[in-house]
Order: sequence, then C-alpha cells, then structure tokens
Amino acid sequence: MWDQADALLLARLQFAFTVSFHFIFPAFSIGLASFLAVLEGLWLKTGKALYLDLFRYWLKIFAVAFGMGVVSGIVMSYQFGTNWSVFSDRTGPVIGPLMAYEVLTAFFLEAGFLGVMLFGMERVGRKLHFFATCMVAGGTFVSAFWILSVNSWMQTPVGYEIGANGQFLPGPSWAAIIFNPSFPYRLVHTVTAAYLTTAFAVGAVGAWHLLRNRANAHARKMFSMAMWMAALVAPVQIFLGDEHGLNTLEHQPVKVMAMEGHYESHPDGAPLVLFGIPNAKEKRIDYAIEIPKLSSLILKHDPDAPLGGLDSVPDADEPPVAPVFWAFRVMVGLGFAMLGIGLWSLLARFRGRLYDWSWLHRGALVMGPSGFIAVIAGWMTTEVGRQPYTVYGLLRTAQSASPLEAPAVGASLLGFIVVYFVCFSIGTWYVLKLMSKAPHAHEEGPEQGADTPIRTAGITPGPHQQSAPGAAE
Amino acid sequence: MTIDLTVIWAFIIAFGVFAYVVMDGFDLGIGILFPSFRVGEGRNRAMNSIAPVWDGNETWLVLGGGGLFAAFPLAYAIILPATYPLMIAMLLGLVFRGVAFEFRWRDAGHRPFWDMAFFGGSLVAALSQGMILGAILQGITVENRAYAGSWWDWLTPYTLLTGLGVVAGYCLLGATWLIWKLDGQPQDHAYKVARRAAVATLLLLIAVSLYTPMLDEDYWHRWFEAPGIYFASQVPLLTAILAAALFWALAKRRQAAPFWLSLGIFLLGMAGLGVSMFPFVVPDQVTIWDAAAPHRSQVFMLVGVGLTLPLILGYTGWAYWVFRGKVGHEGYH
Ligand code: HDD
Ligand code: HEM
Ligand code: HEM
Repeated sequence: MWDQADALLLARLQFAFTVSFHFIFPAFSIGLASFLAVLEGLWLKTGKALYLDLFRYWLKIFAVAFGMGVVSGIVMSYQFGTNWSVFSDRTGPVIGPLMAYEVLTAFFLEAGFLGVMLFGMERVGRKLHFFATCMVAGGTFVSAFWILSVNSWMQTPVGYEIGANGQFLPGPSWAAIIFNPSFPYRLVHTVTAAYLTTAFAVGAVGAWHLLRNRANAHARKMFSMAMWMAALVAPVQIFLGDEHGLNTLEHQPVKVMAMEGHYESHPDGAPLVLFGIPNAKEKRIDYAIEIPKLSSLILKHDPDAPLGGLDSVPDADEPPVAPVFWAFRVMVGLGFAMLGIGLWSLLARFRGRLYDWSWLHRGALVMGPSGFIAVIAGWMTTEVGRQPYTVYGLLRTAQSASPLEAPAVGASLLGFIVVYFVCFSIGTWYVLKLMSKAPHAHEEGPEQGADTPIRTAGITPGPHQQSAPGAAE
Repeated sequence: MTIDLTVIWAFIIAFGVFAYVVMDGFDLGIGILFPSFRVGEGRNRAMNSIAPVWDGNETWLVLGGGGLFAAFPLAYAIILPATYPLMIAMLLGLVFRGVAFEFRWRDAGHRPFWDMAFFGGSLVAALSQGMILGAILQGITVENRAYAGSWWDWLTPYTLLTGLGVVAGYCLLGATWLIWKLDGQPQDHAYKVARRAAVATLLLLIAVSLYTPMLDEDYWHRWFEAPGIYFASQVPLLTAILAAALFWALAKRRQAAPFWLSLGIFLLGMAGLGVSMFPFVVPDQVTIWDAAAPHRSQVFMLVGVGLTLPLILGYTGWAYWVFRGKVGHEGYH
C-alpha cells in the first residue's frame, strides 16, 4: 500500500511545512529585535518617554513572536535526525559543527538575555537592560549567520573531502566551508529581507492607527520610522537580489533556468519572460509575455549572449519549474511593490502629507503581510530550485531520507499540522490583538498590567530595584 | 601521550544532557504539578518562578541534539529514527509547553485551556524523554549504519518504567525548586508534593536499576562483577545517603537544601547511566569512536566550546542572579 516514495514525499512536505512556519517568526524577530534596540537607544539618548512607550508596545508583541520562533526552531533542530538521518550521517561532520556554533554563540545569547529584556527593567537598571536588548538583537543576527552558512553550503558545497564511509569530511579550511560561494549573498539578502518584513509590519500597524486617529503621536512616529526603512532598504534589496541571482547563475544555472522559465536554450539572446504559465508536459511556457533578449542582457550584459535552457539538462536533474517560476515572480513583484510604497512615502513627506494621506495609509496597511509572503516565496525559489539534490550536485534528496515507514511520517506530519495551526493561529491572533490596541503614553511592559501582575518584583529586592526609575518615565 | 578528543566530546555531550535534564527538568516538573496548584496566586507564582529562565533552560536541549549531530553524527542518525514517535511527541509537547508561557497571560478567558496545555505539554515531553532513555538502554537494531527496526520497537514495559521514572524525578525537581522560590500556602503545598515525588522517584529508580541488568548480560557484568562492581556499588550507596538527607531536609522544612539534594540524586543517576553505557552510544552496536565526527570537526568545535561555554555559564548564572529570591505576590493584596 505504501512505498518508499510516499515516505519521501511526506518527509519533504513535513520539512517544508515546519521550516516555512519556523522562518515566519525569525523573519519578524530579527528585524523587531533590532528595532527594539533602536527604540531603547533613542529613549536613553533623548529621554523622550515616547520611545519608551513604543519600546514597551513592541516588546509585548516581540515576546509572543519570539516564543513561537523558539518552539518551532527546536522542532527544526531535530528534523534533520528524525526525517533525514542518512543526510545527517553523511553531512554531520561538515555542517554539524556550524550548527553547534549557532547554539553556542547565538541561541544561548538570545535565551540568556531574553528574560532580562522582558522582565528585568526594574531589576537591572536602564544601561544593563539596554545591553540585554542589544545582546538579544545581536543573537538573532548571529543565528541567521550560522544557519544561512549551513544552508548555503548545501547549495554551493566546497571545502570538503569524501571519506571512506561516504561521509562528507571537512577539508583543511573551515573558513572555506563557512564562507562558501553563495553565503555572503544569501546572508545579506535574507537579513535585509527580515528588516523589510518588520518595516512593513510596523508600518501597517502605524497606518492602521493613523487611519483611526491622525493625531496619535505614537502611531506617527512608528509609521514614519517604518517608511524610512521602506524607502531606503527596498531599493537596496532589489540590488542585492540581482547580485544574488548573478551568483546563482554562476553556481546553480539550472535553478536560474527554472526561475526564468527557460525550457529552451537560446543561442542568440534569451527573452525575459514577464508572465506565462509553465507547461511541464510540453516543456514550454504557455501564454508567455516576453521581452526579447532582455534576459541575456540582464544576466550576461549582452543581448545576444547565448543562454542554456532546461533542454540541455537531463530530466532527472531538473527541478520542478512551476513552483520556482511562480515563487520567484511573487518575491520580485512584492519587492517592487515595496519600492513603490517607499517612493510614495518620500513623495508624501516632500508634500508634508505623510500623516494625513489616507490612501498611503491604506496602501501601507495592505502591504503589512507582504514581507512574510516575500520571504516564504524567496525560500521556495531557493529550495525548490535546487531539487533534486540536498547537497547540490552530490547528494540526492531521494538518498537522504530516514528509513521510516510512510505511516509514521504521515502521522507525524498530521500532528505538526494540527498542533501548529492551533498554536500558531492563536498566537497570531494574540499578536493581532496587541497590534489593534492603539499605542499610547504610559504603555505597560510585558511584566506589568492587570493580567500579568507579579513577574518582576521579588520579596528580596534586586540590587537596583530602588535606584532604577526605569518604569517611572 | 595523546588526548582522546572523542572521550572529551562524550563528556561534553553528557554534560549538556545533564544540564538540560536538571534545568528543564524542574521547568517540566512544575508543568506536571501545575494543575495541583490553586488557580490564581499559586499557579501564577509557580509560573513566574521560571518565566524568565525557561528559554535558556530549553536551549540545553538544542545543544544536546545539535551537539550529538555535530560530534556523533552516526548516533544522531540512528537514535532519532529509532525513537521517532517519541521524538515527535516530545517536540509537540514542548511546543504547547513553550507557547503557554506567553499565551496564558494574553487572555483571561482561555487561561484554563493554556494551563492544561502547559500541563499536558510538560507531561508528554517528560514521559517521552524518559522513554527515549529506556529505548536506547534496551538496545536498537542497526544494519549498515542505519536503524533497521520497525517504528514500534521502542514500546516495552521497560521503557514505560523509565518514562514514569523521569516524570517522577522531574516532579521532585520541580517541587523542590518551588519550595525554594515560594512561601506561604503554595510553599506548604510544594513540601507535600515533594515528599510524595521523592518516594515515587526512589521506588522507580530502584525498579529501573533492578530491571536494567536483566535486559542484557553485558549490563550484568558491568554492575555485578569485578572490577565494575567496585565503582558501581558506590552509586546506590551514595544515592541512599542523599535520599535520607533529602527526607530529613524536607521534614526540617529547609528552603534550598531539598533542591540541591535532588540534583545530587540526578547526578548519581547519570553516573549509573555512564556505568551501563560507556563507551557505547547505542548499546552493543555503536561505540563513541564508531560514531565520532572526524578529528578536524572535533577540534574546531572544541575551540568554540572552550571559548563560549564559560561565557554562557557566566551570563546564565547572572540571569538567575537577577531573578533570585522568592517570587513576589504584589498586586494581589
Ligand atoms: C547587473 C545586474 C542587474 C542590474 C543592474 C539590474 N538587474 Fe534586475 N535582475 C538581474 C540583474 C540585474 C538578474 C540577476 O538577472 C535577475 C535576478 C535573478 C534573475 O533571474 O534575474 C534580475 C531580475 C530582475 C527582474 C525579474 C526578472 C525575472 O522575472 O526573471 C526584473 C523585473 C528586474 N530584474 C528589473 C530590473 C530593473 C528595473 C533594474 C534597474 C533599475 C535592474 N533589474 C537592475
Ligand atoms: C533548518 C533550519 C533551521 C534550524 C534547524 C533552526 C533551529 C532553530 C532553533 C533550535 C531555534 C530555537 C533557539 C532557542 O531555543 O532560543 C531557532 C530560533 C531562531 N532561528 Fe532558526 N532554525 C532554522 C532556520 C532558520 C533560518 C533560515 C533563520 C534565519 C535566517 C533562523 C533564525 C532563527 C532566529 C533569529 C531564532 C530566534 C528565535 C526567533 O527569532 O524566532 N532559523 N532556530
Ligand atoms: C526584486 C527584488 C528581488 C530579487 C531580484 C530577489 C532575488 C532573489 C534570488 C535570485 C533568490 C534565490 C537565491 C538562490 O539561488 O538560492 C532569492 C531568495 C530569497 N529572497 Fe529575494 N529577491 C528580491 C526581493 C526579495 C524581497 C523583497 C524579500 C523579502 C522581504 C526577499 C526574500 C528572499 C529570501 C528570504 C530568499 C531565500 C534565501 C536566499 O536564498 O537568500 N527577496 N531572492
């Protein structure tokens, strides 16, 4: 009834499902942690209570999102062993140490200082508290550094040797493994993506409250900060994305063929397919709207440069085209839409209408989730585009899976789906509820308020408890 | 003389697992005991005694799993598929347990639901961890560098026993931690629970200790024949002394001593595990040297551990220090 192919498919679905859910939270918390550090820094520098209010407002949201990121991340660190045990055995010597470094340098840092960041303001005083916030923000970045190095090594493996038992063994240089060819591009592109995601989420919350009350000083501040980010970072991201694509063309040309929808080789200049429907059976793009030669111009800086197509690749080595093709267009489309909002906000600023141009606010509101969709689409491009391999060109996905029976993988997949939907949809609902409350003066932190009465203070006062007036701004 | 890095790594992983068992052990124990505390002050204060530190505690689990992947990839690749349903159950339990910390404060209407999620998640995670331990000890079928059993092999009376043992042990850690962090009525309750948990833990510890040597002749040799017996016999002896001290400290209503004595008992349990297993990671099948990552990986990681572990212990200690003292109950009077 069941065979190995089903178990493999279920394992892939499970990984895609759990990692997509996981990534939604880091995409938000990498950006939000830095935003919080900036807000607290501004508060310390200017002494304006407004910044502290905004800090506390977003800290409550951060606490919920971060918690979901942590629990979904724990699942990820065990997915490799449970579902991809052959892969783990073969690649462990190379990527295992990088993941161990992630735990040692990032996860402990985040987790160790998170408690102080959330509940410790009265106990440690402002300066140490700011330090804790910076450590959490730094930890999120370091975490992205290591895990993206791991992922990039799987995309562009270098610096390894093959052992007698078939294992990938580290070569003499760890630097070569860590800074593998696609890593710098992937790191900057992904971290920038996290900043954009946060900027648009913050901007949408600001816009929502401006639509209800234009005079809300707190909403004005957050909207303005978010729109600066959008205007400055969206163009940078488009540039970085292009650079990333060129790098991909160099190391994973087949992936670019799928992204571009080039089923056929173009010996004298390939067209840029703006839109169309990939037809896997006939191996062509139906209803294509193309700009002749532009793809060669973009990728090779020469309109007449030849570009290979999927016809030059054996079928067994091709990724599925449609998901890659679509996901890439969704990401790029959203990138340009973000740029549009950024430019619009500059225009509004120039005309002095940033806080009362309702259509801009509506636009920013609609774009609130855009970052989340773009990052998931980006990962789909990257990950589906490198199929059918887990270690590109060397280890096939079909050879990586655990020797599990399909019902076991199916049952666990079902378990993840049910639990994730229950927990994370309720969590998202709580985040939305927090966002729907208007930010105001004397905002409460996560440790205060009627519902959370007793977290901070102890009977034995902490060293700074009396001296630190942190709460009383 | 050469230093065997593989042995060092075995001790580092063992240290990580022990740190996890101790720290998340009392978190999970509090979760399991949660429904027995009164709604309101009792539960809120119990939760608040671990809210600032639970994430750091759980990170040791990531170090245990990630460290095994990095230092002993073959062991990781065999043990996880062999205990697949237990691993998944543990992870799902930890999801519920983890989100409950934040969610329970977010709306009072669903607080009873998240309290039960906190309890259920903790119970499932603790039970799974105990059963995973049992499943490893009772042996795993291996062929060609891979798990070769079926997906229900782990379910036996022995694993049920080890599962219950870990649940009881975590309850003991949780209750003694609460004795330390609380006062008034909830503390009285914690004393009562701690006594019961101590009895249950010791009974189950004895049962598992008697059962294990019967599983396999090799365990029998290790525990009851020279030279093993000279070392091995100290473990039950010390355990008996610590157990007596624990009951005395509970009777005298000491504040911190019960927690530290319970930790001591766990440490001895770990030593006993060492007697049974070393140098195997998968009993009778895979030794630490079979499973070890190559020298280069070990050295690279050892540098990282050497540099970061002191820092980690430093700031983790600081975070505990910041939240030291009894958990308050301001805002209720
Ligand atoms: C030197 C390189 C370079 C530069 C300066 C630009 N691009 Fe670009 N662009 C690429 C190199 C590239 C690329 C590497 O070829 C991409 C990324 C991945 C891909 O398939 O094509 C790409 C993708 C890409 C796409 C999507 C293509 C697709 O659907 O396959 C669009 C619409 C643009 N670019 C548009 C622009 C515009 C309007 C630019 C100027 C302002 C621009 N690019 C500058
Ligand atoms: C398969 C891949 C991944 C694994 C195994 C993994 C593992 C984990 C684990 C175990 C945690 C919890 C840490 C804790 O206890 O504090 C976590 C959280 C986190 N992960 Fe991942 N992760 C993966 C993918 C990613 C990616 C691609 C990124 C970013 C680019 C990322 C960034 C983060 C961040 C910033 C956190 C902190 C919590 C949060 O912000 O939500 N992870 N991850
Ligand atoms: C027009 C703009 C953009 C271009 C041209 C672009 C280009 C690319 C390319 C070529 C990849 C695949 C890399 C690979 O081969 O593996 C990629 C991946 C990705 N993109 Fe974009 N991107 C753009 C905008 C965005 C935006 C706006 C976001 C999110 C806010 C985003 C998030 C991601 C993520 C998370 C990945 C996966 C990680 C990675 O491989 O870097 N991208 N992008």
